[in-house]
Amino acid sequence: MIAEAGLAALWLAAALSLLQLFLGAAGVKPGNEALLRVARPVAVAQGALASIAFLALIWLFLRTDLSVELVAANSHSAKPWLYKFAGAWGNHEGSMLLWVTVLAVAGAAVALFERRLPERTLTATLAAQAAIGLGFYAFLLFASNPFTRLFPVPIDGNGLNPLLQDPGLAFHPPTLYFGYVGISVAFSFAVGALITRDVGPAFARAMRPWVTGAWIFLTLGITAGSYWAYYELGWGGWWFWDPVENASLMPWLAATALLHSVTVLATRDGLRAWTIMLAVVAFSMSMIGTFLVRSGILTSVHAFAVDPQRGTFILVLLLFYIGGALALFGLRVGTVKEGSQFEFFSREGSLVANNLLLSAILGIVFFYTIYPLGVEAATGEKLSIGPPYFNGFAGPIALVLVTMMGMGPLLKWRRDQFRNLVNRYAIPIVVSALALLLLMLFAPTIGVLPMFGLIIAPGVAAASLAPLWGRNLGRTPLFTWGMVTAHFGIAVSLAGMASESAFTKETLVALAPGQSAQVGPYSVRLDGVDPVAGPNWTALEARLVARRGDGVAVTLRPQSRMFSTPPTPTSEAAIRTVLDGQLYLALGEEVDGNRWQVRMWWKPFVTLIWLGGGLVALGGLLSLVGRWRRQRRARHQEALA
Amino acid sequence: MRRRLVLWTPLFLFALFVVVVAYGLYAPPDRTVPSALIGQPAPVFDLPPAVQGRPGVASISGDGQPRLVNIFASWCLPCRIEAPQLEELRRRGVPIDGIAVRDRPEDLAAFLATYGDPFRAIGADTDRRVQLALGSAGVPESFIIDGRGVIRHQHIGVINPADVPAIVAAYEAAR
Repeated sequence: MIAEAGLAALWLAAALSLLQLFLGAAGVKPGNEALLRVARPVAVAQGALASIAFLALIWLFLRTDLSVELVAANSHSAKPWLYKFAGAWGNHEGSMLLWVTVLAVAGAAVALFERRLPERTLTATLAAQAAIGLGFYAFLLFASNPFTRLFPVPIDGNGLNPLLQDPGLAFHPPTLYFGYVGISVAFSFAVGALITRDVGPAFARAMRPWVTGAWIFLTLGITAGSYWAYYELGWGGWWFWDPVENASLMPWLAATALLHSVTVLATRDGLRAWTIMLAVVAFSMSMIGTFLVRSGILTSVHAFAVDPQRGTFILVLLLFYIGGALALFGLRVGTVKEGSQFEFFSREGSLVANNLLLSAILGIVFFYTIYPLGVEAATGEKLSIGPPYFNGFAGPIALVLVTMMGMGPLLKWRRDQFRNLVNRYAIPIVVSALALLLLMLFAPTIGVLPMFGLIIAPGVAAASLAPLWGRNLGRTPLFTWGMVTAHFGIAVSLAGMASESAFTKETLVALAPGQSAQVGPYSVRLDGVDPVAGPNWTALEARLVARRGDGVAVTLRPQSRMFSTPPTPTSEAAIRTVLDGQLYLALGEEVDGNRWQVRMWWKPFVTLIWLGGGLVALGGLLSLVGRWRRQRRARHQEALA
Repeated sequence: MRRRLVLWTPLFLFALFVVVVAYGLYAPPDRTVPSALIGQPAPVFDLPPAVQGRPGVASISGDGQPRLVNIFASWCLPCRIEAPQLEELRRRGVPIDGIAVRDRPEDLAAFLATYGDPFRAIGADTDRRVQLALGSAGVPESFIIDGRGVIRHQHIGVINPADVPAIVAAYEAAR
């Protein structure tokens, strides 16, 4: 009954999104203003119905209703409740339903809260949003129905992929979807503005909170995903340039560029066509990312549903949306009036440089992600592109970008004088020079990229705090704090990456109980290996005693786990976090009957990578709240006047 | 006019992307391309050892016997899938020389420890020069090179369990 109710709600929501599309399309024409008033309530109702469908699916998973095919295929009655709950979106159908629900709720929020845009542009925006939703409703209802019944009813379910049985799963995919959907709203705004030729500061201010929000979620999603891969896969790395990682990185790069160009449009009315283009590119990247992950055409550690029919469906959606948007762009953007001009040596100029560098990195990541496929199409060869390619090309550009990021906020809008700069940059330059000196003295042999990273990071950290110098900190606007925090976070993250790649110590040893080995500052002794059991797994657990110099000994317990349903081995690393880094231990195979392989890493300051990511997201949040408060205050004063 | 064309380039690039991925979706998953290299002498190379205590790899084998030359890398995901088949080939008596492309010694050591080490010798091809000279754009890729340094068989991509007999046969034929 619940499944049928969910399905009915889904069909109704799809019907309403069709109505919303027609209302919007008709309402844009002059003389049809009456239709505009109906579009808002329709969007709200659609959001409510999609939410009901999603809640129905969660309910089915919590009850482990095995008469529903999706539940039987992906859940199991003996699973902890959190994973039953998260299991609702740990599969293809459920995650698509989550996506469409978030999309519909976002559409409802636009309809309810957006009051700055002219009514016509808003209606065109809602129509674009409905068009996107419609494609996903069709995809769900015709090619991946989450509510299909199963007969006969099985005795128990198949269980959830053990790699996904982790608290990270509960948050990682929804976070990314919030990001993708936020970008789709920005895209709808861009389409709406193109249709009504109304590209200007008002449009930029309406779009900005959605871009910022999406960007915060993408930042969190990538940071969390990176940490998840780091501790769950047991490979000791934090980024693998895996196609699925790239699929989440590419929209982030585009959204970062968009976030900065939309600021130029909102405050200086410049970069009109470019901002529209970036909104289209950011949305394209999130769609292409979804496509690459779901169609299974690229080899990846994320083995998602590999199904050419679904791939075809998403590809057709891509053709409609991106092809349509780019065609509209080609037709219309020539008629959008040029925005205001500026000199290259200015805040705007540095933001343009930031945009170009981000686009270059995006281009490289995109090219190398698709390259194996292109080569296969052209010559039939299968190949794999690994980190050396990505790091070699994208790394140096990223370093230039981060340097520019430190410099940009200290420039004036419209035009600046070169000779004014030396004073402003004096302290960062001194800090970087000090870092260089220290590295030359104590670590002259590290690689070129990490070396530059370690030199640039402290200087940029200092420069990113510079906008606060000499200001009354209490009166500094919250969004300035946001920018400072986010830029500082990037520097922190860069320092972590550079330190990890320059100073990591790694050993693989085979230890008999009682033997010890050295990694970095730690000496690690194997005390024994015991079997342990969890709710739906059994494991071999090593007791490893780690001691740093004469310090206190701590026991770490890495496991090599075997899940029962489905039977899958996983490696659960044990990590000891201290102020200046992490000790990372993973248990391997038994050798010669009495010795155990143990992989050990000492990673100095590796935690800075994710700490920086968190700071970046926090910066986004501060900026979002700051802009919102300022706007509310402005409206309040208007009401008083 | 030029500005107009620029505005349409994104659509053009997108169309190119669609063609490529549509091909990826519909192309039959495994095709073999007859290589022009077969019957030709392999280009001359002499790679330094990639791991300590094991020789490097040269274009002509020291013992004058045929062997399988496997181009791989620790960062290559398909190579992990291929590893058990290499082990199987070694068990069936095929000597295997590895060429590690753009790899770091510590990554390589970890790869060999995790996924098995069927290699008699491993050469370090840090700048991809030998890989490209052999006419291989991708990793993994394998060649049977006979005792006189002539390429007798080429296998592009992952060696799947079903490919093992063909490779053993090619090795026997090269003796």
